[in-house]
Amino acid sequence: MDRRVPRTVIDPKFRQVGFVPPGATPPPARSHSVPNDARSSSELSLSGSSLSPVMIPPPRHASADGLPSVVRSAASPVPIPASPLRRDTVQIPIGSYNPSESLLGSSPMMSPSRQLDAVSEFSDDVPTSARLGRSGSGKFASSFPSSSGEMMTMKITGGGGGGNTPKSSLTTASVVKALPGVSEKDRGALIEVQNEGISKPQKQKTQKLRGVPFKRLSVQRRLPAKESGEAVKPSASSGGALPALKQGKVVKPSSQKKDGPQVTAPVASSEKKVVDRIPDKDRKKDVPHPRMQFDDKHRVEKAKRRAVVNQSEARNRVELFRHLPQYIHGTQLPDLESKFFQLDPMHPSVYKVGLQFLSGDISGGNARCIAMLLAFQEAIKDYSTPPEKVLVRDLTAKIGCYVSFLIECRPLSISMGNAIKFLKNRIAKLPHTLSESEAKSTLISDIDRFINEKIIIADKVIVRHAVTKIRDGDVLLTYGSSSIVEMILLYAHELGKQFRVVVVDSRPTLEGQALLHKLVAKGLNCTYTHINAISYVMHEVTRVFLGASSVLSNGTVYSRVGTACVAMVANAFQVPVLICCEAYKFHERVQLDSICSNELGDPDVISKVPGRNDLNHLHSWADNENLQLLNLIYDATPSDYISMIITDYGMIPPTSVPVIVREYRREHLWI
Amino acid sequence: MPDVQALVNDFVLKLKRRKIEGSHASARHTAELLRSVISQQRMPHTNQAGALIDAVKAVGEQLIAANPVELAVGNIVRRVLHIIREEDLSSTATAIEGLGLSAGSDDDDEGQHVDHPALSAAALAAAARSTLRAPSLQTLLEDIPRSAVTPQPPSSGGDSEGKSKSADKNLRSRKLKHDVIEAINELIQDIDTCHEQVSEQAVEHIHQNEVILTFGRSRTVKEFLCAAKEKNRSFRVFVAEGAPRYQGHVLAKELVGKGIQTTVITDSAVFAMISRVNMVIVGAHAIMANGGVIAPVGINMVALAAQRHAVPFVVVAGSHKLCPLYPHNPEVLLNDLKSPSDLLDFGEFSDCMDFGSHGGSPLLHVVNPAFDYVPPKLVSLFITDTGGHNPSYVYRLIADYYSADDLVVKRRSTS
Repeated sequence: MDRRVPRTVIDPKFRQVGFVPPGATPPPARSHSVPNDARSSSELSLSGSSLSPVMIPPPRHASADGLPSVVRSAASPVPIPASPLRRDTVQIPIGSYNPSESLLGSSPMMSPSRQLDAVSEFSDDVPTSARLGRSGSGKFASSFPSSSGEMMTMKITGGGGGGNTPKSSLTTASVVKALPGVSEKDRGALIEVQNEGISKPQKQKTQKLRGVPFKRLSVQRRLPAKESGEAVKPSASSGGALPALKQGKVVKPSSQKKDGPQVTAPVASSEKKVVDRIPDKDRKKDVPHPRMQFDDKHRVEKAKRRAVVNQSEARNRVELFRHLPQYIHGTQLPDLESKFFQLDPMHPSVYKVGLQFLSGDISGGNARCIAMLLAFQEAIKDYSTPPEKVLVRDLTAKIGCYVSFLIECRPLSISMGNAIKFLKNRIAKLPHTLSESEAKSTLISDIDRFINEKIIIADKVIVRHAVTKIRDGDVLLTYGSSSIVEMILLYAHELGKQFRVVVVDSRPTLEGQALLHKLVAKGLNCTYTHINAISYVMHEVTRVFLGASSVLSNGTVYSRVGTACVAMVANAFQVPVLICCEAYKFHERVQLDSICSNELGDPDVISKVPGRNDLNHLHSWADNENLQLLNLIYDATPSDYISMIITDYGMIPPTSVPVIVREYRREHLWI
Repeated sequence: MPDVQALVNDFVLKLKRRKIEGSHASARHTAELLRSVISQQRMPHTNQAGALIDAVKAVGEQLIAANPVELAVGNIVRRVLHIIREEDLSSTATAIEGLGLSAGSDDDDEGQHVDHPALSAAALAAAARSTLRAPSLQTLLEDIPRSAVTPQPPSSGGDSEGKSKSADKNLRSRKLKHDVIEAINELIQDIDTCHEQVSEQAVEHIHQNEVILTFGRSRTVKEFLCAAKEKNRSFRVFVAEGAPRYQGHVLAKELVGKGIQTTVITDSAVFAMISRVNMVIVGAHAIMANGGVIAPVGINMVALAAQRHAVPFVVVAGSHKLCPLYPHNPEVLLNDLKSPSDLLDFGEFSDCMDFGSHGGSPLLHVVNPAFDYVPPKLVSLFITDTGGHNPSYVYRLIADYYSADDLVVKRRSTS
């Protein structure tokens, strides 16, 4: 408890957000959690990294979230034995790293420069290699022969040691995740454990955020690359890596560390090359591919030739949005439906999902992503490798073909893009030794795990986080219909919090009405209004909860059109804006406006107002070349309107999004 | 008199039932009604102006109370009161002129001089009408003693030369009424033609290839844009539809009919589009004395977005929308809540609305306000029929049209 006070003082941003004020009476559940809290905080201080102003350690909220006390008591012992154990396993093999970590930890107010010192203390050559690595592969190669073989090995050990920090904690997280078949209650505990594990790297990361110990960053970055290098060539350490893949990655670091000192200089150099080349390639790969620009006639023609769906381009398009596809709505659906049984390359389940996207039966980021993954799962189940083809390549091509079909039905959301990236990565990393059925079952379980961890459990974690931000007497405003916000509101209501909800809606989708139905049916006190009245209702609102389609790496929130307006007005009225978004929706792309990348909906719905037959002014005018109707689907909310983003890794300010994107991207794809 | 009362009652009823809405319509109707009130008013021999003012105030109070949100009604009542005062002053001045010419000419010079910066069509007309058009500041100074001793100037004039000029006085009494009615006619004409005068300035503000965002529908905006189009400027217009009335559709249709490149967007896309917009032009419901704007709901959002992207936010409005009141809590006090049926189907949610009858209050509230208040700091420019003005200048503009005595119509008449 004592830790919270300094934290609120340290962090003005959060104070502004209006976290639980020191004077407020804590909810009853919190009193239970005090011992747990104290223990975990002392544990934290032991382990060291000073509490960052950026991150709130997740354990607290988890303990305050009103889990049944049985679960809590079951949960609380778990992290405590777990974490020393983890540290032991990690730290024992490498002596050189240990003191530096404790040194890092014991001085919470350490300046970035001292951190740097500490890093260079335990591995002198890391900075140099890191610098070299950053300065491009060519340069590195030229300098490479000049350094001695001994240096080489030292580099590797040093790199391995330096990279351990994130690795170790990540592994604990994945150990927890890897446990199969946990009951629902246990899962709650699991989340806690997971958070416990994750909170540590986060803190280190936030230190980086503040202090820019640049070299350390690059050292840590190198490590996952090294892992991937190993995985690509399983022959090098096939003994260790293969089981490690299956049963979680606990074994992995140790095997790696064993590898490190053992290898002789020439081997090291060859591996070194792999290690250092990959990050460069990766870095280039990191830059997101430019998307298809639909004003590029050449490429559009090409794409059309391949397309399954016959789309006719809409006329009367808005000049500003030439680069986005817009087709005449409703023309493709009957055509595709008729082709359902004769379509050769497409798997029926994928086809079905595509049609559902097209008709708008499935909407919402999570729903679409889950539907797509399940369809892929079906497709993988029915997949058999054609003769003279390799499973990895052929399946990747197949998935790519499915994806392009889905894109034709409706442009992918960023979350779906991430899920696809994950799946392709998993396919690419399938060990060659697996038989086809094994590979398939691995992939199927991987997809299951992705859905479960990244979406379902992540949602639960977010709900627990977000609920701590709802106080009695609050007036919460939400816009449109976000599944996660709905879960938060319903959960807070279940907990017996007294609050009122303002549902803001806008044309043409009017999703808010669906949300309103659900909330009112559960007995929540609701106010319904349209987006124009936002300035009117904002006076009484104390919190704004919004969902997001994606969070981009510059902190921009890409979400349902209108979200930016709501956030802007809230900001003008100094009401905190909380964005709830699963971390798998984060993306490294950046965007400044809502025009460069967006999705165009059916323009005809603009001219028709449902239930208002008197409003048919634009009915006969749609063909006039001077009139365009623009139905944007998304907009980009600038990060300065956002007080906080609630994700499954905790509650972060928008400035920390790139950290999450950068540090956890590997983990996303790895699981 | 009874037939006037019937007219008044009829109009009050219409205002209450919101049968007459929109500043233009209500301003026009009010002016016409007051004109008939004045023409039916029997004139006493002394203090004619006072009698007229009292009559207008009595009617004005009823009208304002009928729909306090329709600020144009109050504006016109005050304008008419101001006209009466002015006509009275000028007739008095002509009477005095015979006695002492020097003072009058002095006033005249000063008046013309001060008037020039804010030369309006109405002001010009008034100046041409009366030999002595008192500048507002002077009116303010003069009004204080005058209102305290209102009856004196005419009677004193009468006292000095009364006996010899009783016929003249009779003529003057009729002349005052005649002049006031004349002036009200001009006012009505001004209300009708304010669009033209506003739109004359369009070419000065809209240049080639401009991208303009507007919101909902305002006749002034439409005329403004069409005037620019007629001068062969080519530009494109984004029209936000303006839920829940969706008047943007009507505006879009009208603009397309004039050959202007028009794109209809949803209100929620305003923020997304505003980064590509050069200027926001909207109409207003009323302009308050502090430079704030009462406007159709949603415009505050547009103004905030425009401010964020440093896009000029221009409000076009006729001078009858200038309201001499300072707003206090305008979002609530100067607002109308409309029917929820605009937003929700009653059939769909009727079960929800009385869901909470067991708990005492309904679970579901539907908020559908009619107006937004845009604070002056978000407004870049007002374009009225007297030219372009800064929000900070509005208070001064108002002094041209209203006399300080009339700001509170109600209390005066009761006291």
